[in-house]
Amino acid sequence: MGGVHVCSGKPASGDSCACDDVFLAAVEKAVLPYRGRPEDLVLALHDVQALRNYLPREALRVVARVLEIPESRVFGVVTFYSMFSDKPRGRHIVRVCESAPCCVMGAREVIDALLGELGVDMGGTTQDGRFTVETTSCLGVCGVAPALMIDDAVYGNLVPGDLPAILRRYE
Amino acid sequence: MEFYRAHVLVCGGSPCVAAGCRAVRDEIIRSVAEAGIAREVRVIETGCLGPCDSGPVMVVYPEGTVYSHVTVGDAREIVDEHLVKGRPVDRLRHKGEIPAISKDADRRSHYFDIQKRIVLANVGIIDPDSIDEYIARDGYLAAGTALTQMTPAQVIETLKKSGLRGRGGAAFPTGLKLEFTARASADQKYIICNADEGEPGTFKDRLILEGDPHRVIEGMIIMGYATGATRGFIYIRGEYYASIQRVERGIQQAREMGLLGNDIFGSGFGFDIEVKQGAGAYVCGEETALIESMEGKRGEPRVKPPYPGTSGLWGKPTVVNNVETIANIAPIVANGPDWFRQFGTASSPGTKVYTLTGNVNNKGLIEVPMGITLRQVIYEVGGGIPGGRRFKMAQTGGTAGGCLSEAHLDIPMDYESLQQAGSALGSGALLIIDDSHCVVDVAATLLHFFEHESCGQCTPCREGTHRLSQIVGKIQHLQASESDIRLARELAGMMRSSSLCALGQSVSVPLFTIFDHFSDEILAHLEGRCPAGVC
Ligand SMILES: Cc1cc2nc3c(=O)[nH]c(=O)nc-3n(C[C@H](O)[C@H](O)[C@H](O)COP(=O)(O)O)c2cc1C
Ligand code: SF4
Ligand code: FES
Ligand code: FES
Repeated sequence: MGGVHVCSGKPASGDSCACDDVFLAAVEKAVLPYRGRPEDLVLALHDVQALRNYLPREALRVVARVLEIPESRVFGVVTFYSMFSDKPRGRHIVRVCESAPCCVMGAREVIDALLGELGVDMGGTTQDGRFTVETTSCLGVCGVAPALMIDDAVYGNLVPGDLPAILRRYE
Repeated sequence: MEFYRAHVLVCGGSPCVAAGCRAVRDEIIRSVAEAGIAREVRVIETGCLGPCDSGPVMVVYPEGTVYSHVTVGDAREIVDEHLVKGRPVDRLRHKGEIPAISKDADRRSHYFDIQKRIVLANVGIIDPDSIDEYIARDGYLAAGTALTQMTPAQVIETLKKSGLRGRGGAAFPTGLKLEFTARASADQKYIICNADEGEPGTFKDRLILEGDPHRVIEGMIIMGYATGATRGFIYIRGEYYASIQRVERGIQQAREMGLLGNDIFGSGFGFDIEVKQGAGAYVCGEETALIESMEGKRGEPRVKPPYPGTSGLWGKPTVVNNVETIANIAPIVANGPDWFRQFGTASSPGTKVYTLTGNVNNKGLIEVPMGITLRQVIYEVGGGIPGGRRFKMAQTGGTAGGCLSEAHLDIPMDYESLQQAGSALGSGALLIIDDSHCVVDVAATLLHFFEHESCGQCTPCREGTHRLSQIVGKIQHLQASESDIRLARELAGMMRSSSLCALGQSVSVPLFTIFDHFSDEILAHLEGRCPAGVC
């Protein structure tokens, strides 16, 4: 997925567009249950994002059309919530907690080690497209701080040395 | 029902899952099968047992032996020694008591006497995926009583008499809140359970929902009946995958039994619940932002009034309550207001669920009566400060709560006493910090959070959090002077009076308590010195 671009609706020659017909059909299928239910926009976006880990522009257009709401409102919602991204992301999302209870237990060292291990800055995606690292407020497992979450799995009581073994589990 | 001679309850709370409890559970199940006792021993996943940093934690009944830090390698020994030969494995026994769970009389300690479980009465005791186990513990009896034998006004009167106040932060009397909505006339009313829980250090709501989802569903049915609301929503943080799944399963089970839907208990009253999912924004926990988010919009707080009680979701009368508040409702209806008032203090009745984090020996989930002192919580329940370090600071109520010093250790933990000290009970987060940490460094972390989570809708908060963050950074770099502190106070004070919602309004709470209660340490920084040697 390394070379994915933000879709302009018109793929550059020779490059296959992230928003091909197959993908857009999948998006359409994912949002159909929410047809005409603008109040379920957040749920619909979760479902669409699950397809590619991010929300390409073309996909947002489909969402807007099916839910019958202006595109601007869809963009506004996507940019408001930290779990949504309109930029391409890696196959796995690593969410790190930087809040006080985790910091008191040594989160900074763990985060520095994580970024070092993956060779990215906060918010960045690894070269091989495997991971994107993002911050989040409290993951709700502060009893085992410092903690991080990869996709839907939580890891706690971390020390920098734990990271290589955890990261190896993800392809 | 099958009869089992022993039950193994493996904690499946999120902290224990993070510690690898699922693999341990599978290994226990495998070893039990290999030992040929699968028909005699039942292994289930249960809710949080309390000592979340000692996971994976499990308890073996009927003895009530609690094991902690159990590894996959230990599973076989527990099965062979304890379950086959009846000899508990001392090496793995949990050091400390868990009330209503561990039963070893010789291990009784003070810890046992202090805790009191109302909200957590079933958590860690039943299989949260089984509605039958909830019903076996008198579950849905309170809803049955309310719907068939009480009028809505009597339910509200009971809650008002109990003195229950909101456990989500603002401490508003719950009975009164229900009464506002009950009095409003409208074709549709709603009940919302606020399970957004973004407050750092707080994970009680998650563990209540994961450990006893039916308690919350039952509370909402009673609230619906009391107010005339026929639809309920549980708004859960998007990151809480496990909670979402468990609650959805609970709702499904309740529907199948006719406890949700039309004509519940033949009373003519109908009520149903849906789960709504958040998508990562702390401010969405604020009740009007939560409503905006549920309407499929950006989660930006609304101007109040009107309050949700009269104009909430889709402009209809809506009650928004915290998970813990709602979990108190069925026990109060079942046992009466006088029973509830036996616990806690006159103005803060009942118990409070706290999550203990930071530099404290027993981290995790506790429930204690309102009004016990901070010292008791830290030293008797929490087991004190590890590593021979000294207590320095306790932040109560999460990131938006106040920071207390050694001088406050004997403060009673109730709404009024904490407010007098400039702090708040808030969400029930208790962050304990030892003397290896610097208060300015802590302040910087807190401000970073506010700056990141401000929704940006109003200028005092958007610009103020940024400026305050810069000033605290300056103190941290030992480059600040008296005038910077004065400026920070002025800014935070201005934010308190002019911000639209309680996020911007409450930045002053941690900041002022740090300035006031740790003035020596702040002064040292102005003189170019960090006493903790951190900056
Ligand atoms: C920024 C912000 C975040 C909040 N987050 C939560 C939350 O996660 N859960 C909650 O119950 N209340 C939260 N509140 C408080 C709610 O606005 C509201 O007071 C509460 O849900 C009422 O329930 P209660 O009366 O049962 O306490 C938050 C308030 C603010 C200002
Ligand atoms: S105070 Fe802050 S969080 Fe609240 S509405 Fe204003 S900008 Fe948003
Ligand atoms: S503060 Fe980091 S998980 Fe809660
Ligand atoms: S999550 Fe297992 S003890 Fe709390």
